[in-house]
Amino acid sequence: MSKIGIIGVGQSSFVRSYPGSIRELAFEGFKEAMQDAHLTTKDIDASVICSAPEYDKQRSPAGVFAEYFGLNPQPTFYVESLCSSSSMGVRLAYALVKSGLHQTVAVVGFQKMSEISSSESQERMGRGADIQWESPFGTMMPAYYAMYTRAHMQKYGTTPEDLARIRVKAATYGQLNERAVYRKPITLEMFSDPEDRMAGPVASPLRVGDCCANADGSSCIIVAGEDKARSICEKPVWILGLGAATASVNLAGRDLFTGLTVAQNAAKQAYDMAGIAPNEIDVAEVHDCFTIAEMMAYEDLGFAKPGEGKELIKSKETYIEGSIPVNVDGGLLSKGHPIGATGGSQIRTVVLQLRNEAGAIQVDNPEIGLVHNIGGVGLYGNVTILGR
Amino acid sequence: MGNVKEVDDRFKKFGTVSFTSITKTNDFINYLEEGKVMGTRCNDCGLVFFPPRSDCHQCLADNMQWYEVSGTGKLVTYSKLEFAPIGFQEDVPYCIALLDYGDYKIFGRISDELSDNDIKIGMQMKTAVNELPNGQLNYVFQKV
Repeated sequence: MSKIGIIGVGQSSFVRSYPGSIRELAFEGFKEAMQDAHLTTKDIDASVICSAPEYDKQRSPAGVFAEYFGLNPQPTFYVESLCSSSSMGVRLAYALVKSGLHQTVAVVGFQKMSEISSSESQERMGRGADIQWESPFGTMMPAYYAMYTRAHMQKYGTTPEDLARIRVKAATYGQLNERAVYRKPITLEMFSDPEDRMAGPVASPLRVGDCCANADGSSCIIVAGEDKARSICEKPVWILGLGAATASVNLAGRDLFTGLTVAQNAAKQAYDMAGIAPNEIDVAEVHDCFTIAEMMAYEDLGFAKPGEGKELIKSKETYIEGSIPVNVDGGLLSKGHPIGATGGSQIRTVVLQLRNEAGAIQVDNPEIGLVHNIGGVGLYGNVTILGR
Repeated sequence: MGNVKEVDDRFKKFGTVSFTSITKTNDFINYLEEGKVMGTRCNDCGLVFFPPRSDCHQCLADNMQWYEVSGTGKLVTYSKLEFAPIGFQEDVPYCIALLDYGDYKIFGRISDELSDNDIKIGMQMKTAVNELPNGQLNYVFQKV
């Protein structure tokens, strides 16, 4: 069985308001990945474009980008699974290359969240789930994750302070990441000061500090077959395992509220495909759109038993020096979360770690890394396992 | 005017802001007007649905009958919103929640009549039709 490798990675800076168009934003990630892989556009024989289209004024951006990237007349695909779009794009690229239909595929994720006004964004926020049966009650993303938080606290005794520790870790590393949108330090004391912005209410029990930062950004992952990867890349990183799952959009269709079944199902598939166990992961990027999401990821991925995620963060095992470093690039919480670009950015971080090129946030010589990327409130889940 | 078709858009009356107006489950609104919260059950295979739906994914039939939500459900989890999307700002603060009736679960709001201290995970609650200040209809979870 021939392997499928990642031969180039790139991302733009994640910023509050990108001073350019979506094709220019997307080009930043693409350009860096092409330079990283030492490729020219004739080496790419298909592209996969990933985003959540409700933020775009441009209809069907894939065709527009293909032209702007110099990728005509090669075919392009458009993939959407909300916040996990670009992990799903990498899954598609794997299948395209594995099938022999294409040899080298560029997966470009992007989101310019500032493309629409904040009131338009607020309006879309209410349509993030089941618009027929949930949205008429006035729902939004933080409130759904807050419902999971409340259930987790009730069952396992998780506290707001346990969650705040995750935010403090994210900020520790966000300061070191020059591509991050939020680069300020955050302390536990800020969460216990009612006057501090971090402690401000959003949807109980989640507070401002528990929520990730919106951002504009792009990412690019270039995928190729084994022979090509070995011939042109000094340090190819191999895709060892892939998992993907869905769950009911309406919470009424779910049974578990202390974890995400999409993450559990996707993780099992990815671990089985890679033939490894959770304790063999040396570095991970997980989808911390909210602090509770990282806590549940520890447990859904098998880094901790259900309910014991809080011990992992209390003992700092998920810091760089710990047994399983998680989100040492600042995560979505501090790096920012430009929806369609997020999965590719997480994969980029893990690829740089496995190549020992992660600079100030380098983990000690990792061999296997994992990416956990969730779309919606556990509507879509992708887990990708990478090795060098 | 003879060519104008009447559009059945009853569902636009559901919730503070409805994002759907046309659905095969529009009768849900008439039942709300009668004070009843209804789900659907497949006549062919017996599968029970809430929210109601017009197609059964188990046996692929579209032969549904309505049933009334009755009795009490257990509060699974909830959240109190301090911010809201466009169109819902006047309602803030409010609690969204999930009730478990055993055969099905219901997503909705907790009645404004309950204070924070009254709300406990695991408590039994009932689902009741509620008229909103803007004349729209929804349902809320009340203390038993």
